[in-house]
Amino acid sequence: MNKVGIVGYGNTAFTKEDQKIESILHNCTNQLFKTNSEINKNLIDAVLVSTNNNSKYLSAILSEMVGIQPKIAHSIESLCNSGTNSIVSAFSYISSGLADIVLVSGAERYDSPGQILEWDNSRGEFKHPIFWASIFSKSYKQKFNISEEDLAIVSVKNHKQAQKNPNALSKKTYSVEDVLNSKKLTEDLRLLDCSRPCSGGASILLASEEMSKKITDEPIWISGIGQKTTSAGFTKNESLFSMTSTKHAGESALKMANKNISQVDVAEIHDAFSVCEPMALEALGFSKTGEGMNLIKKLHETNNFKINPRGGLIGCGHPLGATGVSQTIEIVKQLQQSADNRQLKDPEVGLVHNMSAAATSSTVLVLEK
Amino acid sequence: MNFEDELTRGNFTIPECTSCKKIIWPPSEFCDVCYNETCLKSGQFSGKIIEYSKQNDEYFCVVEFLDTFRLIAKMKEKPENGQIVKILKCGILNGTYFFQII
Repeated sequence: MNKVGIVGYGNTAFTKEDQKIESILHNCTNQLFKTNSEINKNLIDAVLVSTNNNSKYLSAILSEMVGIQPKIAHSIESLCNSGTNSIVSAFSYISSGLADIVLVSGAERYDSPGQILEWDNSRGEFKHPIFWASIFSKSYKQKFNISEEDLAIVSVKNHKQAQKNPNALSKKTYSVEDVLNSKKLTEDLRLLDCSRPCSGGASILLASEEMSKKITDEPIWISGIGQKTTSAGFTKNESLFSMTSTKHAGESALKMANKNISQVDVAEIHDAFSVCEPMALEALGFSKTGEGMNLIKKLHETNNFKINPRGGLIGCGHPLGATGVSQTIEIVKQLQQSADNRQLKDPEVGLVHNMSAAATSSTVLVLEK
Repeated sequence: MNFEDELTRGNFTIPECTSCKKIIWPPSEFCDVCYNETCLKSGQFSGKIIEYSKQNDEYFCVVEFLDTFRLIAKMKEKPENGQIVKILKCGILNGTYFFQII
């Protein structure tokens, strides 16, 4: 399989602003070209747009707006992990030889239709994600004797880390008490346990090995990819306190990269809700089953940014189609030692975990220098 | 009549393959194993509460039927995990399914 590198990126700030989807896409892509002036955009073979927005023909529109006439142009939608699905598609185009350079731009508006999976009628009238998150939280707390106070640390940690990310939606730190006193959405979920929908965009440029080396001195290689979809409907999850799709995707990605989880120095984890972070860490093998919160507490107490350095979805906000791309950009920055005041010390291997619809589908990427 | 027609009338039915007898959920006109047509089983089916939480004064519960499939239903009284329940009301309101258990 041909190697695929990441050779450029561009981000917009994640905000609550009312912007057109086309403008968000244009902004992040423009940012990519502005900060990577050595890139000849005429060499881009494919333009992939990651979004849940209902607007049509967005990849062709984006191509026209930035002055590209690619061979391949289309959109990719897979709810919250549209971003990494798009990166996997870009990887496939390049590794198969169909393309040498692929642009992936992910964007979403704060009012994305991707927040609710209307098809999933097994959820009855409880279709909003806060209901599956409440069930996961209740089940996880009960199974592993975890308190509401324990879970609140996820939110405290990720809002704290987001303060070092100028593009993050969160502009405040919170205490455990703040989380526990925030609006009660259900008996098992508070407002500050949730990532917030927002507007935002993120663009990334992938290239073949030969082109990567021509474009940049420090490409970041995608060495592992794992994906698993167990179902579309939430109620098909056999376990309500673990993430089966994440476990499978993580194992596949690490196997492809010939790495084990202890070799991963930094990771972006899909913390759509507080409980998702310990569940994902356990599924990926960062901790034993039921011990994810111990790891999170330890990282928080020692101010170690290894997990979700940009602030996670809780701190950054969650513009669905941009999230997976933005997570990947963070790992690229960390590996390139350009993550400013949230930089970890000399990371060599990074991991991205991005999932959809109550962990019914997961994508895991392993990135290396 | 299909599952949604019955549900609209307040009837909770369960689709079953006419050939291999597999329960098909979410409801579908075709079996996902042998691809034959399904028919609807009627009755007062018992379900088991797997997990629940609460919003305002209502509980919402993951309920498993026939050891096979699950759905989320609301309940007025405080549930318990493992509790055996039945569908009290069901239907489609503004395009959205609803289920209430007792």
